[in-house]
Formats: sequence, structure tokens, C-alpha cells
Amino acid sequence: MKPDFEQYKDIPGTTIFTIELARLGFELNQFCMTLRKASNRDEFRADERAYVDKFNMTEEQKQAVLDRDFQKMLDLGGNVYFLSKIFASDGLSYVQAVSTMTDMNVEEYKQMMLDGGRNIEGWRSKKERGEA
Amino acid sequence: MAKITAGVATSHVPAVGMAVDMGKESEAYWAPMFAGYDFSKQWIKDNLPDVAIIVYNDHASYFGMEIMPTFAIGIADKYGICDEGYGARPIPDVMGAPELSTHVAASLITDDFDMTILNVLEVDHGLTVPMSLMFGAPEAWPVKVIPLPVNVVMNPQPSGERCLALGKAIRRAVESFDGDLKVQVWGTGGMSHQIQGARAGLINEPWDRKFMDDLVNDPETLQYKPHLEYMVEAGSEGVELIMWLIMRGALGDKVDEVHRFYHVPASNTAVGHLILTPKED
Repeated sequence: MKPDFEQYKDIPGTTIFTIELARLGFELNQFCMTLRKASNRDEFRADERAYVDKFNMTEEQKQAVLDRDFQKMLDLGGNVYFLSKIFASDGLSYVQAVSTMTDMNVEEYKQMMLDGGRNIEGWRSKKERGEA
Repeated sequence: MAKITAGVATSHVPAVGMAVDMGKESEAYWAPMFAGYDFSKQWIKDNLPDVAIIVYNDHASYFGMEIMPTFAIGIADKYGICDEGYGARPIPDVMGAPELSTHVAASLITDDFDMTILNVLEVDHGLTVPMSLMFGAPEAWPVKVIPLPVNVVMNPQPSGERCLALGKAIRRAVESFDGDLKVQVWGTGGMSHQIQGARAGLINEPWDRKFMDDLVNDPETLQYKPHLEYMVEAGSEGVELIMWLIMRGALGDKVDEVHRFYHVPASNTAVGHLILTPKED
């Protein structure tokens, strides 16, 4: 059966981690996996540039890591569960890191969650939102 | 013969594990969520299985991108706890059920499910948070565990049909084991949540509640729900819910609903929880 990755591209504000994207992000995600070790987290924090230079990532991927630009990392093939090793190294929670990908600050984001989360109305389709 | 005595479905939010580890269960933010599991903690004491087959997904904690098995099964004596970047959770190792898991693995493969066999595995919050929710923080876990990791992180994930069918095959595998064991199957993950992109924080309570209804009463229809619908309606990470279908498939056609709980939020996530038992003929 022919896989259909196009169908996921109309979901607004969402990057589906397909097998194609996974291939693009392989080196980035493998770098993230090294941060499961405390000694590697220490080494990364001590000199981030020197640490990312040890990996075969593109310069764009490295810069996105150094900038903590998580949306950019998603676009370049990163997956949030891999990227969580970066923000865990920073001592940040999922809520703190995830909120940076939205148009809210962390307090506004937390309040949205307490109020029942982001309402899906208006968030089903890029076409509906005039984004496609 | 071994017997499947019940199924448990529950979300496996990592922050819940941290709340347990730091003793925060009675804080205002967490108390209403943990209260939904008070019944479950007593119920499982009264209905303790010998083995729990825990269907979960690894979150880039043990499996990197070198190897991404669609369906895998642990057959080890025990499983250590992953360091997910914050240091490993201070909880006991998870003890395996090597004889039953070896039988189940062999039975599933013979039954045309091409399982990846794991002789070495460390488990992450996907498996340990459900254990903390059901058992609290004991010095040793009161059940043996067969970990059954499913790829729900990378698309394509296995189809809903395949997940329900795997559950049915697990039932056949357990019932063909020569040993008088009580076995539960747990399906973990969900409910609606999205932890990436501008749409992060998505929650869809009506959809979640309908999913629980359909899982209980009409899994044969629910199995055909396409991944696209999970991702649109329940968020990109909501697709974890296909793992609940594996649990449901293991329980047979009809079930009794023993317990249901739903709560928003835990961190970024809607927490859903069910306890089901096979309806006696």
C-alpha cells in the first residue's frame, strides 16, 4: 500500500514525525539520545558548541539546538521525545519547553491547561484557518 | 491454563511519576487526579494478578533511531529504569515473567505477529507511571511484568486493526500456557494531548469520552479509526490510544466496566483510566 504522508500536512501547528522526517533528523535525534547519560549532559552544558560539533548534524540543526528553537528542530526532523533530552538537560519540564512553541508564555499556557486545555475548534485544518 | 482476568487502561504522563517520586499526590494541583486512582489501588489489591502484560511506548528513552520495532516484547528476568534526561526515577526494578513471556512471544510469532524479541530492556515512564498509579510507591512491585513496547512515535504506526488483532492473539497465547496464572493486560498512553508545535496543549474531552465508550462497547468498529483522526482530534501524541485497543482485544467480545475516570489536566495531557473485566459466558 502506498503510504500517504500528505494527509498530515493540513493539521495546523503540528509536525507529524514521519519515517521520511525521521531520516532527515537522524543525526539530530541521535545526538539527543546521548544526553540520557549524566556525564554527557555535564559535557554538553560545559561547552555546547564543542559538544554538538562532535555530531554529524547539519549546521542548521546545530544552530537550532544552541538557540533552543524547538519548532525549528521539529522542522529539521527532530521529534519531541528526543528533543526532551535537551530541555531535561536544561532542567526544564515538558510544560516549560512545550509552551515555547506556542504564542503563549508559560504562565498563560499553564492557565490554558487548567482551564481545560486548548479548544480544538478552529484548530482542525490549515485550510479552514486560511493558512494553506 | 493461564487466564486473562482484567484489563487496565491509563494515561502515562511523566509528570505524574515525578509527582509520586516527590510525594506531591496531595497537593492541590495533583489531588483530584490521584483521587481517581484511589478505587483502582484498592481494586488491584483485591484482584492482584500474577503477571501484568503492559503495552506501552518507549519515548526515546531506550530505543534510539537505530532500531525502531513496531511491536516488541521483553522476555528478560528483570528490567532496569531508564534515565530520561532527569536521572532515573527512584523506583524498584521491574521483575519479568520469563517463562510466560517466552511462551507468549513464541505464540505470537507462530500466530503471524512478527514480534521483536527483547532480552535486554530498560523501561521508561510509559510503563512505570501506570505502575505507580496502580501500586503507589512500594519497596518492590507486587506483580511480574511483561513489557510490550509499540511504536507510536514514528508514523506509520501500526493500524488500529492490527492492534486489536494483536490483543486477540495475546489472549490465545495466555490461554495456551500450561500454568495456573492470573494475567492482566494494560493499555497505556493518551488521552488527547499534543506536546509540540503551535497547537500544543490541545485537549478534546468529548472525543476522549466517546473513545472510552467505543472501546468498551464497540471495539470492532473503533479499530478502523484512521490515524489521521487521532492526530487531528486527539492531538499528535493522542495516537498513543491505539495501544488501548491491544488491551481491549485481549479481553474478548464483551466486558464489564469496573471503573472509569477522566481528568484534565496532568501537565499537557488529559488523563483517562478504565478497568474492564471479561464478561463471563
